[in-house]
Amino acid sequence: MTPTEIQHALGGFPILTLVTFIPLAGAIVLLFVNSRSTGLIKGFALVVTLIDLAFSLPLYTRFDRTTHLMQFAERHEWIPSLGAQYYLGIDGISVLLILLTTLLGAVSVLCSFKAIEERQKEYYVSLLVLQTGMLGVFIALDFFLFYIFWEVMLVPMYFLIGIWGGPRKLYAAIKFFLYTLAGSVFLLLGILALYFIHGGQTGDYTFDIVKLIYQVKLTTGQQFWIFLAFFVGFAIKVPMFPFHTWLPDAHVEAPTAGSVILAGVLLKMGTYGFVRFNLPLFPQASQSFVPFIALLSIIGIIYGALVAMAQDDIKKLVAYSSVSHLGFVMLGVFALNVQGVSGGMLQMINHGLSTGALFLIVGIIYERRHTRMIADFGGLSKVIPVFTVIFAITMLSSIGLPGLNGFVGEFLILVGVFQRSIMYAAFAVVGIILGAAYMLWLFQRMMFGAVEKAENQNLRDCTAREVIYMLPLLLFMFVIGIYPKPYLSILEPSVANIVRQVQVDRTPQAAAQKSAERDMLQRAVSPSAAQEQAPSRLAGARPAGVAGAGASKAAVPVAGDGATGDAISPSSGAPAVAAAAPSLPAAAGVPQPAPHRQPGR
Amino acid sequence: MELTLPIPNLRAIMPELVMTFWACLVLVVDVLISKERKTWVGYLALVGTLVTMAFTLPLLGTRTSTFSNMFLVDGVALFFKFIFLLATALVILVSLRYLDIEGVNLGEYYAMILFATLGMMIMAAGNELITIYLSLELMVISTYVLCGFIRRDRRSTEAAVKYFLLGIFTSAILLYGMALLYGLTGTTNLTEIGRALQAKNLGANPALLLAMIFLAAGLGFKVAAVPFHMYVPDVYEGSPTPIAAFISVGPKAAGFAVLARLFLVSLPAIRPQWGTLLWVLCVMTMTLGNLVAMKQSNIKRMLAYSSIAHAGYVLIGLVVANEIGLASVVLYMFVYAFMNIGAFSMVILMCKRGDRGERIEDFRGLARSHPWAAIAFLVFFLSLAGIPPTGGFIGKFYLFSAAIQANYVWLAVIGVANSALSVYYYFRVTMLMYMSDPSGEIRLTLSPSLVFALAVMVIGTLAIGLYPSPLIAAARASMAPIFGP
Repeated sequence: MTPTEIQHALGGFPILTLVTFIPLAGAIVLLFVNSRSTGLIKGFALVVTLIDLAFSLPLYTRFDRTTHLMQFAERHEWIPSLGAQYYLGIDGISVLLILLTTLLGAVSVLCSFKAIEERQKEYYVSLLVLQTGMLGVFIALDFFLFYIFWEVMLVPMYFLIGIWGGPRKLYAAIKFFLYTLAGSVFLLLGILALYFIHGGQTGDYTFDIVKLIYQVKLTTGQQFWIFLAFFVGFAIKVPMFPFHTWLPDAHVEAPTAGSVILAGVLLKMGTYGFVRFNLPLFPQASQSFVPFIALLSIIGIIYGALVAMAQDDIKKLVAYSSVSHLGFVMLGVFALNVQGVSGGMLQMINHGLSTGALFLIVGIIYERRHTRMIADFGGLSKVIPVFTVIFAITMLSSIGLPGLNGFVGEFLILVGVFQRSIMYAAFAVVGIILGAAYMLWLFQRMMFGAVEKAENQNLRDCTAREVIYMLPLLLFMFVIGIYPKPYLSILEPSVANIVRQVQVDRTPQAAAQKSAERDMLQRAVSPSAAQEQAPSRLAGARPAGVAGAGASKAAVPVAGDGATGDAISPSSGAPAVAAAAPSLPAAAGVPQPAPHRQPGR
Repeated sequence: MELTLPIPNLRAIMPELVMTFWACLVLVVDVLISKERKTWVGYLALVGTLVTMAFTLPLLGTRTSTFSNMFLVDGVALFFKFIFLLATALVILVSLRYLDIEGVNLGEYYAMILFATLGMMIMAAGNELITIYLSLELMVISTYVLCGFIRRDRRSTEAAVKYFLLGIFTSAILLYGMALLYGLTGTTNLTEIGRALQAKNLGANPALLLAMIFLAAGLGFKVAAVPFHMYVPDVYEGSPTPIAAFISVGPKAAGFAVLARLFLVSLPAIRPQWGTLLWVLCVMTMTLGNLVAMKQSNIKRMLAYSSIAHAGYVLIGLVVANEIGLASVVLYMFVYAFMNIGAFSMVILMCKRGDRGERIEDFRGLARSHPWAAIAFLVFFLSLAGIPPTGGFIGKFYLFSAAIQANYVWLAVIGVANSALSVYYYFRVTMLMYMSDPSGEIRLTLSPSLVFALAVMVIGTLAIGLYPSPLIAAARASMAPIFGP
């Protein structure tokens, strides 16, 4: 099977199209509903997001975890004169993000029922359109399509901030829009450059992401410049220091649901972009950018945490904590090893859950007191116990307490980063400590002590609706924290594949040399290997003894199986680190003995 | 040279013949129709553009010339003719009610529009300097009249005078450039000029460079390129709004058609020189247009500067000047006809008797009272700003991809940076529409023809954005005769 081949699943049933466009269809229907029947509008929006969530579940349950190939793929001609296709598909990198998006989509509708009182129709239309845009970004496998979703999504977000936002909403909205647009136009130039380079090399002018990733050959100079163009686009979105200044404004001014989506999903598009595109497309540039990105990430981690500590507005504090956490994710991704990247991917989900939940908590308390100043609270634990429990779990998840999801991600990232550089890891740990400090301090100032303000005496505890939308988030915090294996195993084949690709020399000279090697290798491998799911380049990374049928399951997870799956319990963590330390086989296709495959077993 | 008078191929100039006939017909009918029914003249003119379009259709795919090679029928000319006819039809549709409101419901208006369109059509097809110059004058003289059509309004008159004075001045410069070309080569035929320049090896001749600069200046005025843009804001502001829409699309497109043909066919000998000249014009036009547009408080002036900026984007295609570059020019002008006339139509929508509704502030809170109108405006703004899924994105995408492909990376970088910049002022209006409370009751001038035209333009803008395939294919095909085998 060639690397560009894909798996069509569900008997040609266009499930990805449905998942992506159900919200948009809902939005269009909503346009024609009378804007005064607000109950109908709310109910309809919720039903639409729930249906979307339901449709996205099979993506997880029927996901083939043995392969990194694109699944559930749909491909149709769209603009043949440009080589742009309607091409959708998902792999381990995107599947969890899609589920996160559909989950947070339903949550954000539910959390807005009381908070949004005016222009409700437009509000839910915007939310639904936004959801289509976000899902499209994760699902598109054609750069042209990807870019359209990437940009389209800005418009509803701009409206969410600008119409339903706080006092400085106009400034925040336009700043958000201009910053991200400025980044994405450079991304567009990068995409065009790739398109023409690939077209010039193969005669096939296409925006097909899979083809480009596997086929384009780039000199070091080309890699540098296109990496930079992509970097600007994604780094603003993440946002990495020093491109982060739009984030606090946007977060603080956005309505609760806007913040939840912004933190939960939008920021992940940047990190997703790095994992999906920068790593496999520009391996040499990625390697040489590591110190630069690590530096920016570490500054982001520590700066974000320090600024968060100094905030007296809860929402601003959470916003800056995002800068810190996303720095962590970036550091993990640019460790360029399986642990780091899968830790980064998992931490993206974790951050979506915990920071999304934190913004919901801020929203809940703001709806009651109409203030977000920390100083206005104190001693709330006595007044609103349910809220306190929810807040406590979320806070602990955010600071990475073992047993909750944040720990798994942070631990894996640290394992990955440690292998790359002890110094990076040391700085990252400082960030974790600071993170614990500002969150615990926030919790202490808000929840403990005496109830000093009279307004806080009679606060209402969480309503059933609020508990309902918090529950799934809390549930997943525990589930991922206690038994992360299913989530890691769904990531692993794809992450391992990307990590392999980032070791590949993509320059034209190297490609010529490699193809010769691959020919030799293919002749050496038994014919039965050709029928397996894994592409031939995987053959090198396969333990010699298990090259028969059905071996791909054992072969693909590589070192991650031991390190990621079992390393969570502190006892087996240490040996896993040691065993995983020798990094992956340097270049794909070079046969290697497999002594590190099953560490600690 | 022996003078032969071959029978011209009338089939090739059928669209122009029909247009001439129809413009005269409109003039005649105008006299016969009572003052209250002048709108019928408008519908007649509209039918005329549609009939002309119908006569243009059978020519698609043909490549021929007539009148001793003075008049060409090729893909480029035909594509541009469709742009002109489309723009004319839309402008007539949005004018019908407007003239009533302004109290100048006179039939000549439509005749003038048709004559201007005729001029543009011949400009795009002209393969000879005199033909081009005469048709250009036909176009601009008609537009001078149209600019000053609201005689009682001082601004309208001022616009006409300003346009006229600067217009004849630059026409003279253009003519001077043409004369220099003729002097150097002894022919007025574009193809022959190109051949003669190559044969005589005049590439470094200062007179040729001077001619190039004069031609660029004369046509730069028509396309509203910086530094020949000074008239644009005043003229757009003062002119009747549909005419501002018309001259922001029609003469601009015609100017590009001539610029492209003249430079590519006649001046390939000095390709690097005009490439550099246009590069500089392009960057100045984009940047200045966008920067100044940010400061405007009058929406027509803002759209004027925006149309300057858009001329800059289109110039990218001319700097690149290969097949995909020129295809992107025609593609962009086609999309631009929809979105820019659309944006101006929104101003017409705000126009009331005694109030032209052209302050940006007038749009405050529009989304509250008229959500559909606000959505229409949003679509046009998204398209002008180049944000998908609109036609404007496809147009810009194609322009920038042409630049990247031809290795004009810096041009593309400046282009996208400008594109991002432009969002600021387009979204300033969007912000007022959606995010501010209305300051008073907003009454729109909704007439069936205007609503229909708006619907066409919104759907057109979105349709091109979502399914651009046929348009891109047509644009590429129109270039094939020039660049193909």
